[in-house]
Amino acid sequence: MSRIKDLFNKKNSNVLNVYCTAGFPHLCSTLEVMNALQESGADIIELGMPYSDPLADGEVIQASSGVAIANGMTIEVLFEQLKAMRNEIQIPVILMGYLNPILQYGFERFCKRAKEVGIDGLILPDIPMFEFETEYNEILSHYEVDFIFLVTPETSEERIRKADKLGSGFIYAVSSSSTTGKNKSITEQQPYFERLKSLQLRNPVLVGFGIKDKATFEAACTNTNGAIIGTAYIKALENGQDISSITKAFINGVKG
Amino acid sequence: MTTSHKEPTEQGYYGKFGGAFIPEMLYPNVEELRQQYLEIMYEPSFQKEFQQLLKDYVGRPTPLFYAERLSKKYNTTIYLKREDLCHTGAHKINNTIGQILVAQRLGKNKIIAETGAGQHGVATATVCALKGIECVVYMGEKDIERQAPNVARMKMLGATVVPAKSGSKTLKDATNEAIRAWINEPKDTHYIIGSVVGPHPYPDMVARFQSVISEEMRAQLKEKTGSELPTHVIACVGGGSNAAGAFYHFIDEPSVKLIAVEAAGHGINSGMSAATTQLGRLGILHGSKSLVMQTADGQVIEPHSISAGLDYPGIGPMHAHLFDSGRGEFLSATDDDAMEAVFECCQLEGIIPALESAHAIAALKQMDLKQTDKIIICLSGRGDKDLATYMHAMEGKDELTQKSRPL
Ligand SMILES: Cc1ncc(COP(=O)(O)O)c(C=O)c1O
Repeated sequence: MSRIKDLFNKKNSNVLNVYCTAGFPHLCSTLEVMNALQESGADIIELGMPYSDPLADGEVIQASSGVAIANGMTIEVLFEQLKAMRNEIQIPVILMGYLNPILQYGFERFCKRAKEVGIDGLILPDIPMFEFETEYNEILSHYEVDFIFLVTPETSEERIRKADKLGSGFIYAVSSSSTTGKNKSITEQQPYFERLKSLQLRNPVLVGFGIKDKATFEAACTNTNGAIIGTAYIKALENGQDISSITKAFINGVKG
Repeated sequence: MTTSHKEPTEQGYYGKFGGAFIPEMLYPNVEELRQQYLEIMYEPSFQKEFQQLLKDYVGRPTPLFYAERLSKKYNTTIYLKREDLCHTGAHKINNTIGQILVAQRLGKNKIIAETGAGQHGVATATVCALKGIECVVYMGEKDIERQAPNVARMKMLGATVVPAKSGSKTLKDATNEAIRAWINEPKDTHYIIGSVVGPHPYPDMVARFQSVISEEMRAQLKEKTGSELPTHVIACVGGGSNAAGAFYHFIDEPSVKLIAVEAAGHGINSGMSAATTQLGRLGILHGSKSLVMQTADGQVIEPHSISAGLDYPGIGPMHAHLFDSGRGEFLSATDDDAMEAVFECCQLEGIIPALESAHAIAALKQMDLKQTDKIIICLSGRGDKDLATYMHAMEGKDELTQKSRPL
């Protein structure tokens, strides 16, 4: 059974997925950050593969990507860093990024390496469903890498059901139409989360975008299986020195 | 997959280039546009208003001018399609007039746009003023510095100009910022893209609006010479909208050579260039699959051209397909070639061209021309916006401005 499925079988509420940019704050801090997240009680790690033109990301994640690229992070370097990660990391790890760098690496080669190092899932917001079905679905299922689709408050029921059918792992419910790091109100979105809940999807639902602390995390989890934090954690990393203590304090603050 | 060079498939593909690689947040807007753009564009009331504005507001048809002294110099026959005479000084307004009418019919009340040289920003601010619609233009911080007069124009026209401070602070990043702004405010906003780039249906929609250029060329050439078909059409390519418009009605005429001229900057292999077909590989930029200048790791490269309008690391999918199939011939001109062509056009024809358009003129030197050839160059814009650059170029360079140019 996949690690993601396994996780949700054991725990289907308040699942905490934390995003961090690979190669940030330092080229070699990727594993240190992952270890700190696991020890502090994160349930899933979402590793961002830095890209020069991240369309769905706000300023904070863009800036961290810029730093990571300048540090020398590439897909090749990342896989090298992750080669032995399963000796230390037991929780699910998913990769988030944009299609262009992966196309240059080779999509199939990428999936093969991802599987080899123990990656569980993939979030590529710029692969639309049409392209997914015609080009990528087969390769991903061959290598048993989950593909996680995004839905928004504007996504129609028909399309949500299609994302649920095509995708696996979980559904990424974008809290409101925005780029990452914008603070639109989570509490106002309860009707949207309730609607998602009422659809009784086969995949669990995690809410992302705008989750930054205990209050927003709890609000996001009320009607879903959990939530994803990115920008707020990157900001915390930006402002501190010791990755392990920053991470512990941050996760404690969120889970309370 | 389509074999058509002119029209994409339903999913927006020209050969293997195109598509709509956008995050889900943009899907409703882009899908709404995809389903409706053709119906809206070809509705009689739309066409009536569009044609009327092109005539009375833009000043179309623009002349097809026989460039006698230029022809003599190159010992052939050269016509200039005078898009520089359009209101606001470039072809860009053909597209913004069309898109503002589409936006109105979609019930949108706010417009966002990106701009490089500022020509598209000015053309967008202009049509927004005309229609009384709010307008926000994203422009790279670096371009705001080098195109100051156009920034002032946009502000006079009532637009808000937002500096794009991410990445390299030029057109690529202005486009990223505009797309992000659209993601954050999708409901009542229409994004007017300025070239034949972006997710489907933008490349096709913009090409159709710009196709008035070649439609007029055919009629005007017939009137002048008795034949509708030139031997060559030459246009500069940034994203490729003036070229798409100039090529459009000749694409299915195999006898007409389509010459696209990219900006070589300091030279193709100098590391300071914007010649995407020469330097790019298949990739994804701003929502479409096309040729993209990028590192081996797939990070998009910052290009260089003296002309802000050509300083773009991508190219529209239609042009990538024209290049790939060989239907189009892709040349390039360096910064210096373009500057020389600026002064050549000034002194031989009394026309001060935009730096972008000068790249098209500069291609003449590289071509094997016959006396019997009939060449149309798309003079996409006028040089007012580039005056500071031209003044700088003249300093201490008397050879650029020798009083008489005997042929
Ligand atoms: C006068 C002029 N020509 C050409 C271009 C390049 O755009 P495109 O390749 O879309 O025609 C620009 C862009 O700003 C321009 O201002």
